[in-house]
Parts: sequence; structure tokens; C-alpha cells
Amino acid sequence: MPYTNKIRKTIKNLEKLSEAQEMNFDEEIASLEQKITQLNKREPDKWKEAKNKHTPWERVKITRSLERPKPNDYIVNITKNFIEFHGDRLTADDTAIIGGIGYLKDIPVTAIGTRRGKELKENMRVNFGMAHPEGYRKALRLARQAEKFNRPVLFFVDTPGAFCGIKAEERGISEAIARNLYEFSDLQVPVFTIITGEGGSGGALGLTVANKIYMMENATLSVISPEGCASILFKDSSKAEEAASSLKLTPYDLYELTIIDEIIPEKDDFESKPNETFKNLEKILYKDVSQYMLMNTKKLCDQRYEKYRNIGFFEMAESNNTFSQTTKPQPNIFKKIGEMFGFK
Amino acid sequence: MLYKRKVAGNQHICPDCGHHFRITNQEWMELLFDHKSIQCLFGEYKTMDVLDFPEYKKKIDKYYEKNINEAIDTGKAKINGISVLFGIMNVDFMMGSMGSVVGERITRLFEKGTTEKLPVIILSRSGGARMQEGAVSLMQMNKTSAAIKRFHKSGNLFISFLTNPTTGGVTASFAMLGDIIIAEPKALIGFAGPRVIEQTIKQKLPEGFQRSEFLMDKGFVDAIYERHNIKNALSEILKLHRY
Repeated sequence: MPYTNKIRKTIKNLEKLSEAQEMNFDEEIASLEQKITQLNKREPDKWKEAKNKHTPWERVKITRSLERPKPNDYIVNITKNFIEFHGDRLTADDTAIIGGIGYLKDIPVTAIGTRRGKELKENMRVNFGMAHPEGYRKALRLARQAEKFNRPVLFFVDTPGAFCGIKAEERGISEAIARNLYEFSDLQVPVFTIITGEGGSGGALGLTVANKIYMMENATLSVISPEGCASILFKDSSKAEEAASSLKLTPYDLYELTIIDEIIPEKDDFESKPNETFKNLEKILYKDVSQYMLMNTKKLCDQRYEKYRNIGFFEMAESNNTFSQTTKPQPNIFKKIGEMFGFK
Repeated sequence: MLYKRKVAGNQHICPDCGHHFRITNQEWMELLFDHKSIQCLFGEYKTMDVLDFPEYKKKIDKYYEKNINEAIDTGKAKINGISVLFGIMNVDFMMGSMGSVVGERITRLFEKGTTEKLPVIILSRSGGARMQEGAVSLMQMNKTSAAIKRFHKSGNLFISFLTNPTTGGVTASFAMLGDIIIAEPKALIGFAGPRVIEQTIKQKLPEGFQRSEFLMDKGFVDAIYERHNIKNALSEILKLHRY
């Protein structure tokens, strides 16, 4: 596995260093070794066949297909007696976010998701699933409400990103996303995120703070769209296909990287007959929700914290405890003048 | 005509129009902290090309050859005698973008602040999350925000200082989570970059859009300080919090 090999190399470097410098890196080495066991738990071979079924670029196209079930379809089908609630109590109601309460089998839950349409008119109404700040604040309000009544929270995510425009910036889209990351990290009830389609950067992240992240087989999660990445880094937007595989945005890659926790298989006729896949997802969610409901709140929050705390890959090398040098040292003029006149 | 030395002697501020030119991390440290009080922390974390992203390794090596060690410098220093933990982002390294190392150093800074009961000051300037580390860099937004939540719960002070330019994933995570958010005059601060917004909505943006003054007007920045006053302002705020 390439990721564990990289970490092994880092450990070797550290061991060499500790010998040479007589410094103690035991703690660092232990945490890196723990990371390797964690990575090894993810058996990539288990998914080998499914992974090779489509190229990353094909998955990007599948996940953007208009016919594909949208988060609103998931919510209505998976939570029974769903009642939708509106507004963030501050500015407005964002149509790009759907939120409310319902039953997951017999457990009351709060379900929140991005809303997308299957035809142009509906998509115009819901901003193609791109939320404004009030959408994220609505999600936060409903999650707080869930916390009060001890209801688990389910997030369903499918968005190209947060809305990009004057009003979104004016009302603080970055503050709204940051606030969600901050508050959800400490929510006292179990939180689950299901990425059903496009997981577009910060916009998706605002709803992706969870104890467990599930991803549909053909969903993606990426820091930038492959097209955007190609035009910025490769200076050629037609290289999107190459960018899609470089970004490692498929569920299989993200699973190996320990970012997501479970991949939900899709039936071949998922677009036209999603019911069977929904039933399967409902079963999986019910099992996990009831299990996490038994955990005490401290353990619950710690588990969520550790999950994100452990994501990160870096090399470790000797630190000479100096900062980056970005300026060349200025020649000392007085010294030079002095030397000219023969002083030392 | 503007003489370089005249600007440099004025803390890199134009004496005529008050424009704040970009200064290096060294210059920021000299400006903000007491002489000889600065100590580097977490310098041992170095960039890893985890995704085998095209060209990434080559780029990093070039920066390391130039002795630039990632897009943030973290450490401990004194401001008029008051101990603080600090992070100063470096736009000279991959546009100051946030990858694993930036996320880890910031998280460790807040964890250290929590145990040692020290205030944290972070000077942000960044293009956002780093593309070359894919979703891993995205997750650094969660990681830093969660660490700040724990830091805040422990009752310590976090001052976020926004300078030109702070955009993308950095604004949408730790930069907007300060107890107190201050900014330099006329700094560009936003989520999406102005060019991207113009291309998306196909109209010209109003003047001053996404600048510090605009953000203060909309209620997202507490105060704007010129470079001359920043050190004293920081030490006054720290003193008021009984540090």
C-alpha cells in the first residue's frame, strides 16, 4: 500500500535522527505506527473489483447526472413522516438546503441535506444545490434543536460547492461554513454524513462533520472541481480527466486515506429504481444510529474529534528550530565602509 | 516617484497613499514580537506528497532548497513582555495554501495553548486549501476548527489577524473563528476570489468589495489596525484579558 510505505519511510528517518542526535522521538513514532495500523484496517483489496468498474472521470460524470436521485429523494424515502422546517431565524430561508424531522424506522432523527432538482426550472429555484450563508445557518439551527431533544442528525450532501456571488460574500459565507465546522465538532448527539453525489469543496464540508462518513459508490469528494484544477494547475481545462484521477476523489481512494468510513454500493438500475439501494442504506444507518445512541456524549464527541485529528500526512525531519528564510541577509553597509577605511 | 528605502523605512507602507505592501515573515516577526523572544515550534513537520500529485514533489523541493519550510511558521514569542503562541502564514510557499502540515501545526498550536493556557495569534494570508493534497487538505479545515472549539472551551483567547489576501478554505475555517478578528487596511478577505465571482455572475464587482473595510461594514471584522499600531493594539487586548 503506497500510503503506509510513505509513513514507514518517515519512521525510518526519525529512527535515524534519534540515533544521530540522541533525541527521543518515541512518541512521534508511536503515533505514526498507530496510523499505519489504522490504514491497514482499510482493506483496499475488498473493493478492488468495484473500484475498477469506472474511471474517476466516469464517476464524476455519473454523479452529476440529472436523473440520479438527489439528497431530497434520500430524505423523503429514508425518513418516514418527514416534516420540513424552514429558515435560519436570522436572514431568510435558503431553498438550497432542506431540513426537518422524521423517523428512521422507529428512531426520531433530524435530516438535513442540500436540495437539487432534476430539471432546469427546479434547479434554478434551488440554486443548483449551492447554499447561501443562511442555508448553513439553518443547518446549524436545526442541529442545535436536534441536540436539545437528543435526536441524531443525518446530513445528505450533493453540491457543486457553496454559492459564489455578491450576496453570499456579503452575508459571510466563509463565517457560516467555519461556524458549522466549529459547532458540529462538539455536537452532543450522533452525527452521520452521507455523500450522495458531488462533494464540492467547502460547500460540502459545511455538512460533513460527522462520527461516520458514508459515501455512495459513485459519489465524489474533492477540494476543487476537476475542471477548475485542470485550468489552474495544468493551464488547460481539457485535462479535467487527468485532474480527476490525480485528485483522488472517488470513495475508494478516500476510504484508503481514512477520510470516509463506508462505501454504499449502488444497484445497476439505481437511477431509475433507487428503492432497493435506499432500503439497504436505511438498514445500515439504522444499525449504526442505534449503536451510537448508546455511547455516552463525551465518548461520542471524542470519537468525532479523533477521527478528524488523525487525518493528515507529513514527513518528519530534523528541525533546526529556524523559521523560513524568505529574505536574503542584507550586507552590513557600515561594516563594508569600515573595511574600506581599514577598520576591523 | 516612490523610493524603495522610503517605503521600507516606513514599515513598508506607502507614505503618500497608505498602501500596505506585503512583507516577509521575518519582517512580521520583528514588527510584532519583542527582540530575541522568538522561538520556533513544530518545525519538524515537513510536506509529504501523499497523493503522488503531478509536479508536486518537484515544487516542494524547490521551496525547501530556498529554505522555505511550509506555508506557516509557528512558534512562541513575547509581545511587550506577554507570552503568546503565534502562527504566521507564508504566501511565498505554494500561495500560502493549507495542506497537512499547515493543519497539523495549527492544531498543535491550539492544543499547546489549551494545556499551557496561552493565547494564540494567527496571521492569515492564503489562497485556501491546497489542491495538491486533495480531500486531505480539505479535512484540515475540520481538524483546525475542532481544535479551536476545544481551545475556546478551555477559556483562552484566540486573535485572528487577517492580511492581504485571505481567501478560500482558510477564511472558511480557523481565520473566521477568532474571539477577536482584526484586519489590515484594504486587505482582500473572502471565500471565493473576486475574479471567480466576476466570471460566475458576469458583472463587475463594486469597488472595495471583499476588502477589510467592507467586511467590517458587514459585521465580520472587529477592528482594522494600521501596521504602525498593531503591536500596541495586540498588547492592549492581551492585557485586558489579564495575560
